[in-house]
Amino acid sequence: MVMDRRSLLPNSSKKQTVTTYTMTTTEPIAMDDPTTADDAISRVPTVPVNPPIAQSENSASAEGLPSANVKLVTRNLRFFYGSVQALSDISMSIPVNRVTALIGPSGCGKSTFLRCLNRMNDMIEKTRVEGDVLLDGNDVYKPGTDVVELRKRVGMVFQKSNPFPKSIFENVAYGPRLTGINGRAELQEIVEKSLKRAALLDEVKDRLNDSALRLSGGQQQRLCIARALATSPEVLLMDEPASALDPASTTRIEDLIFELRERYTIVIVTHNMQQAARVSDQTGFFYEGQLIEVGPTRQLFTTPTEKQTEDYITGRFG
Amino acid sequence: MRFADTTVSLASDDGITGGVTRFRYWFERAIHVFLFACAGISVLTTVSIVFVLLVESVRFFFDVSVFDFLTDTKWTPLLKPQHFGILPLMCGTLLVAFGSSLIAIPIGLGTAIFLSEYAPPRLRDVIKPLVEVLAGIPSVVYGYFAVVSISPLVRSTFPSAGPFNAASACVVVGIMTLPMIISLSEDALRAVPRSLREGAYALGATKFDTTAHVVVPAAMSGIVASFLLAISRAIGETMAVTLAAGATPKATLNPLESVQTMTAYIVQISQGDTPAGTVEYRTIFAVGLALFLSTMVINLVAQGILSRMREKYE
Ligand SMILES: Nc1ncnc2c1ncn2[C@@H]1O[C@H](COP(=O)(O)OP(=O)(O)OP(=O)(O)O)[C@@H](O)[C@H]1O
Ligand SMILES: [Mg+2]
Repeated sequence: MVMDRRSLLPNSSKKQTVTTYTMTTTEPIAMDDPTTADDAISRVPTVPVNPPIAQSENSASAEGLPSANVKLVTRNLRFFYGSVQALSDISMSIPVNRVTALIGPSGCGKSTFLRCLNRMNDMIEKTRVEGDVLLDGNDVYKPGTDVVELRKRVGMVFQKSNPFPKSIFENVAYGPRLTGINGRAELQEIVEKSLKRAALLDEVKDRLNDSALRLSGGQQQRLCIARALATSPEVLLMDEPASALDPASTTRIEDLIFELRERYTIVIVTHNMQQAARVSDQTGFFYEGQLIEVGPTRQLFTTPTEKQTEDYITGRFG
Repeated sequence: MRFADTTVSLASDDGITGGVTRFRYWFERAIHVFLFACAGISVLTTVSIVFVLLVESVRFFFDVSVFDFLTDTKWTPLLKPQHFGILPLMCGTLLVAFGSSLIAIPIGLGTAIFLSEYAPPRLRDVIKPLVEVLAGIPSVVYGYFAVVSISPLVRSTFPSAGPFNAASACVVVGIMTLPMIISLSEDALRAVPRSLREGAYALGATKFDTTAHVVVPAAMSGIVASFLLAISRAIGETMAVTLAAGATPKATLNPLESVQTMTAYIVQISQGDTPAGTVEYRTIFAVGLALFLSTMVINLVAQGILSRMREKYE
């Protein structure tokens, strides 16, 4: 992967590494690919098709992630809450069929970054985005982008679980219903499959019509995972999906992530370093709104390039 | 040893802390008694009102049978032959309550949804104060408005309508209850956490999907409560209704006719020269009791609905 090159640049300051990194990624993606560059998101086939650039990048990444194509790219992404800048110049590639973990201290902008990827921050008043987010080569912030379609493709599990005040069944069935699936049998199948994958089915199969609000915190969290899975997004953004789970459920969610990796692209925010190490292929370390370092998980955890990363992963952070 | 030291120093402060504690104790007691007295006053008032209502009604029912009261279709206590059937007044009240809800509920809920979900903040800042002004207009002004503008409008649309008609009362009471529905429903809608809306948007819901399937259902108990308050208000409304609908007790559901509501009747008798202590005078207590009971039934039903809803989803 391109980001690995940063490690090849000894003694480079942060600013420089970012620039170098950006250039290597942006150039080929920029407008090299005539088929996808100008297409509206809605016209791109729903089967993940990776732009040709990804191949050219492949050859460049000798170490780390061999067969990774790029699903999502951010270029100089900046984000502002009013006048407060929460993200500065984040440039990052998220490979398809891989798990990307985001780590970093509380308040460093991980959630903000994640929410930029499916334009969830649009809803917050007085915010501003600069830079690009490319999904399969298409800028999701381009005027005329179908945000509804984008969110169907890029699903999200929120940091705070937010089940609807409806039954368990209706919570999971809501996404499929939005796509026009209304047959009871079909919905039943999707709901059960999704709940099973989220490791919740056994606990709730006898009370699918009970209110979702009566579930425990951890169960609600898994319900939200099931709800996101039910729409079969191409990319799944998970903001601390296991923060309220016991070890057994956490293991099952991690197994799920591993299994989903075959078909989806996953970005997961976690405060649990072991979890990041276990489930992810690539890890990005955020600090104070900056992407300090990103690279193959194993490398980031064993031989981090930046001092700050090392301090953080070894628990020496102030 | 350090523990012992602490204990000693605490003990030496005892004189002061003891004084403070004693003062706090009495202060807390005084507050307690004062608040209890406040609660007591409202309970006492309610109980005595109901008591008077009941006693006077019982005396009324010595003269008029309960059966006649409930089944007779004429209400002519001041004319010979006297009839004491509550039905016409009940009809008038229900007609106005139902008709005004028919107007106020859809418009009110629509406005509330618009303000909370769709309106840009600037526009909301203009509309909300306007709605509040609507709430502050005295009801007699509304009544006058009904007589001089709404009624002629109704009559030009439906030539069979009389100068006083239930329809204009419905319209004017509907307008009067609008602010209540708008502001309470809007509060309920705005109280729905952003995270719920985001949950729906993240699944690819449109704004309409989110509003219709998630936000409104989540705010439903507050919305229904606003409807019920509006209906209670419509039932209790007197002045505007008297001016708009007239004073003709009639067992009809035709909104183009003049009707009389229970409250309008009570005002008519209380202000008239009917001597106190007569059966004619006591009718107002029986009517008051009927009014009280019907509002109570509505409240009970409402609470039943709300608690069933809460039990399920809150
Ligand atoms: N809605 C908002 N309005 C204003 N500032 C916000 C908002 N949401 C987040 N911020 C600020 O942006 C910064 C980044 O927040 P963010 O939620 O992205 O952090 P995070 O890395 O996800 O932290 P955590 O690990 O605690 O979830 C914080 O300083 C936060 O105070
Ligand atoms: Mg967060």
